[in-house]
Amino acid sequence: MRRFSELLEALIFSPRRTVKLAHLSGWLREAPHPDRGWGLAGLTGDLSFSHVKAGVVRELASEVSSPELFALSYDFVGDLAETVALLWPASPAHDGTEAAEDLRLSAVIASLADTPRAGIKPLLAGYMDRANVAERWALLKLATGGMRVGVSGRMARTALAHAFDRDIAEIEEIWPLISPPYDDLFDWLEGRTKRPEAEGRAVFRPMMLAHPIDEGMQEGFVPDDWQIEWKWDGARIQLVSAEDGVRLFSRTGDDVSASFPELVTEMKWKGVLDGELLAGTPEEVGSFNDLQQRLNRKRVTSRMQKDFPVFIRAYDILFLGDKDLRNLPLSQRRTWLETEVTRIETDQKDAPKLDLSACLTVDNFASLQVIKEQADPRIEGVMLKKADSPYIAGRPKGHWFKLKRNPKHADLVILYAQRGHGKRSSFYSDYTLGAWRDGEDGPELVPVCKAYSGFSDTELRQLDKFVRAHTINRFGPVREVEHKIVVEVAFDQLHNSKRHKSGIAMRFPRFHAIRWDKPAEEADNVAYLKRFIPDKDV
Amino acid sequence: MDWVKIDRAGLSILPAAAHIDPLAKVQVALITHGHADHARPGHHQVIATPETLAIMATRYGDDFAEIKTPLRYGEKLKLGDVHVGMAPSGHILGSAQIIVEYQNTRLIAAGDYKRKSDPTCAAFEIVPCDIFITEATFGLPVFRHPDPKAEIERLLKVKSLFPERSILIGAYALGKAQRVIALLRAAGYNAPIYIHGALQNLCNLYQEYGVELGELRPATSTNRGKPSQELEGAIIIAPPSAMNTVWARRLSDPLNVFASGWMQVRQRAKQRGVEFPLILSDHADWDDLLATIEAVNPGEVWVTHGREDALIHACQQRGISARALSLIGYDEAME
Ligand SMILES: [Zn+2]
Repeated sequence: MRRFSELLEALIFSPRRTVKLAHLSGWLREAPHPDRGWGLAGLTGDLSFSHVKAGVVRELASEVSSPELFALSYDFVGDLAETVALLWPASPAHDGTEAAEDLRLSAVIASLADTPRAGIKPLLAGYMDRANVAERWALLKLATGGMRVGVSGRMARTALAHAFDRDIAEIEEIWPLISPPYDDLFDWLEGRTKRPEAEGRAVFRPMMLAHPIDEGMQEGFVPDDWQIEWKWDGARIQLVSAEDGVRLFSRTGDDVSASFPELVTEMKWKGVLDGELLAGTPEEVGSFNDLQQRLNRKRVTSRMQKDFPVFIRAYDILFLGDKDLRNLPLSQRRTWLETEVTRIETDQKDAPKLDLSACLTVDNFASLQVIKEQADPRIEGVMLKKADSPYIAGRPKGHWFKLKRNPKHADLVILYAQRGHGKRSSFYSDYTLGAWRDGEDGPELVPVCKAYSGFSDTELRQLDKFVRAHTINRFGPVREVEHKIVVEVAFDQLHNSKRHKSGIAMRFPRFHAIRWDKPAEEADNVAYLKRFIPDKDV
Repeated sequence: MDWVKIDRAGLSILPAAAHIDPLAKVQVALITHGHADHARPGHHQVIATPETLAIMATRYGDDFAEIKTPLRYGEKLKLGDVHVGMAPSGHILGSAQIIVEYQNTRLIAAGDYKRKSDPTCAAFEIVPCDIFITEATFGLPVFRHPDPKAEIERLLKVKSLFPERSILIGAYALGKAQRVIALLRAAGYNAPIYIHGALQNLCNLYQEYGVELGELRPATSTNRGKPSQELEGAIIIAPPSAMNTVWARRLSDPLNVFASGWMQVRQRAKQRGVEFPLILSDHADWDDLLATIEAVNPGEVWVTHGREDALIHACQQRGISARALSLIGYDEAME
C-alpha cells in the first residue's frame, strides 16, 4: 500500500503527461505482482467493490471527530476521503514504519472483496490505524471507487508499453482480452508466455481513426488512389461475432450490445465488422437525435426498437472467422466486405439490419467540396481512405482523412461547470468548453468558449449529474470536471482573440448535440478550428 | 479585564500605552517577530528582541523607528506600571512571546509560534500565565504536520529520482527559506545552494547570528531569460512570488516545490501548481496548539488570527474558557 500511495501522490501532483508516465512505468516495473495488476485496475477504474458504499467514509469520520470539527475540516479540505485521512489519529506504534504484509495492496483488495458489507467499516478502520495519511487516502479511494488521479486507460497502457518496451498497439490489441490482476499480460510482457489470444471470444479490436483533411493533399491528388465514402452522422461501432456470441462495441471499446438487442441476435457468420450505427433504415436514415434515443440505454423496450429502429452501415472488415484481414490493403478488404455483407444478408432472415457503405467516385479534389455540400443531411462529410491502407489501430498518419461538411460545428470537451441563474440556479448549466492544442508536453485542452443553451431539460439533468459526480477541482463556485464529455457546438463565427488563452473566440456558441459516444481525445483541436476564421481576420 | 482593548491599531495595553504587533502606526510598539504583517515600519518606538530589530533594519532601513529598544529573551522592562518581557516562540529567528504583567495578572501574546524542531531559532518556552493569546493559523484537526526531517528526506529521495532536474523550492524569504537550507544541511546535503536575490540579505543576517547555512550562491544567470547550465540538478530557493515569473525561466524544467504547512491539503497544493508539496510549517499544528494551551494552562485563551472557530470549540470541550479576538490584518500567506 505504501508504494502505491506514493505513486498516487506523485501522479496527483505531476502536471505533465510525460512525468506521470515516468512515475507509472517505474512503478509497473518495480511493484511486485499481483499488486501492480490490482493497482493498475484501481487507477483506471476497472476495479469496483459494489458492497462498499461511499457512506462508510462518513461513518468512519464520526468515529474520530466531533460533528462540529468534522464539518469545519471538511469545509476547508473539500474532499471527504482526504478529510478523513487527515483527521484519523496517527498511531505512534505504526506511523513511519514499513507496511506490514497484510497491508499489501493485493491483500487489502482480497480482504475488501471477501468481507461482507457489515464488516467493511471495522476492516477499513483496522487498516487506517496502521497506515499513514497517504495510505489512508489511497485505501478509502480504492475501496469506494473514484480514484481520479488523472490516469486514463490509454495512459496506463502507454506506461505499460514504456515499462516493458513494447508497441502500444500490441497492448491495445490484447487489452480487451484480459482482466485484473492481468496475470497473462505480465507473463507475456516478461517473456514467460505467448501473447494472449481471443480464442473464439467476441472481443473488441481497437479501431482505426482518421485525421482531419490536410490542404496539402490537394496537390497531386489522384482519385484512383483513394476509397471515398460518406461520413455518416451516427456512432462508429464494431460488430463482433464469435463462438461465444455476438457483441457490439463503441469506438472506445465499451460493450453496447444491451442497448441494441436487435443487432446482436445469433449469427451463423463469424468475424469482425467496422461500421456506422445509424437510426432509421437503409432507405431512410434517421437523425443523430433519433439515434440518441437509443444510445446509453441499459434496457430497451420493444416499443423503443419499433419507434427508433437502428441499423449498421458497414465500412470495413477486420476478421473473417478467426482470419485476421487487417494487414491486407483496404481495396482487398473492400472486396471481402462486399462478399461477406451479401452473405450475411442472405443468411439472416430478418435483414436488413446491415448494409454496405457506398463508394463514391470523384474527378478531382475540388469536386469533393461540391459533393459534400450537396449530400444528404444525415451526412457529416466525406471520408478519404488510401486504397492501400492496412487497418491500423489508433490514428496512424497518412492513411485515412475526414472532410467535414458543416464548417460551423466543433466538437469540444466540457472543462468547467458553474450553476446557472433563476430557475436553473440549482443546476450546473453554464459550461466552459475546450479544444485540444499541442502543449509543451503533448496535447492539452484549452478553453475556447462558454455555452449555456441548446440542451433539453433531460440533458441538463444528465449533465448536472455528471458534473456533481465527476468534479476534480473546485475554484469558488466553479467546478472543474473530468475531461470526458464531448459536446458538438454550433456557432456563428470564429475570431482571433488575444484575450483568450486559446487565441480564438467563438460567437454565440450553443449545444448542438452531446456526444456521449465520443471519447474526449477525439474532440477538435485549436489549429483545426482556426480554419473557421474568416480570411480578413487572419 | 479593562486594561487590554482592541482599537484600530490592534491589541492595546492601556497602562503601558503600547500596542502589540500594531497594524497601524503607534507611539510604542511591542513586536513579536520580523514578519511584515507583525513588524511594520513607522512607529515612534519599537521594543523587540535584538534579532527582530536587526531584521526590521535589514528590511526597512535603519530609520524604521525613532527609538529602537532591544529586549532580550528573559529580560524585563517597565512601561508605566507594566512589566514587559520576552520568551522564545520558536517561529523564526528572534521571534518572541511578549509577556505582560500588570496588577498580579500575567498575559502572554505568543505571536506566531511552533513546537517542532528548528535549527534556526530558539525553541518555544512554556511560561505559565493567566491569559494566553494564541494564533490559530492551522487551527483545524486536519493539520498535523509531519516531522520536518522526514519531509526533507522525502524531498532528497525525489531529487535522486530526477538527478538532472533543478529543484526550485518556494519558501517565504524570512524564516522558512533559512530553515529549509538548515534542514538540508542537517540531512547531509553539502552542495552549494542557489538563492534568489531577495533572500541574500536575510540569509547573511542569519549567518551573522550564528545559523550555519553552508555555501550559498546567487541564482543569477549571465544570459538573461535563458536556462542556466550551472543550475541543472541544483537546489534553488526563491520566494513564492518568484516561482511563476520570468525569473524562473532561467531554470529548464524545474521541479516545483513549495515549503508550507498549507501543503498538507491537496487542493491548496494543486492550486499553486506545486509538483512536490513540502509540508513544512513555522506555525503550530492542531496537536501542538492544544498541547501548548494545556501546558501553559492559562485561565483564559484568546485566539487572534486563523481558524479560531475550531480551536475555541476544542478549548471549550476541554473546559478551557476561550474567545476570539478577530484581529484582521495578519496574513496567512506568510506561511
Ligand atoms: Zn510570522
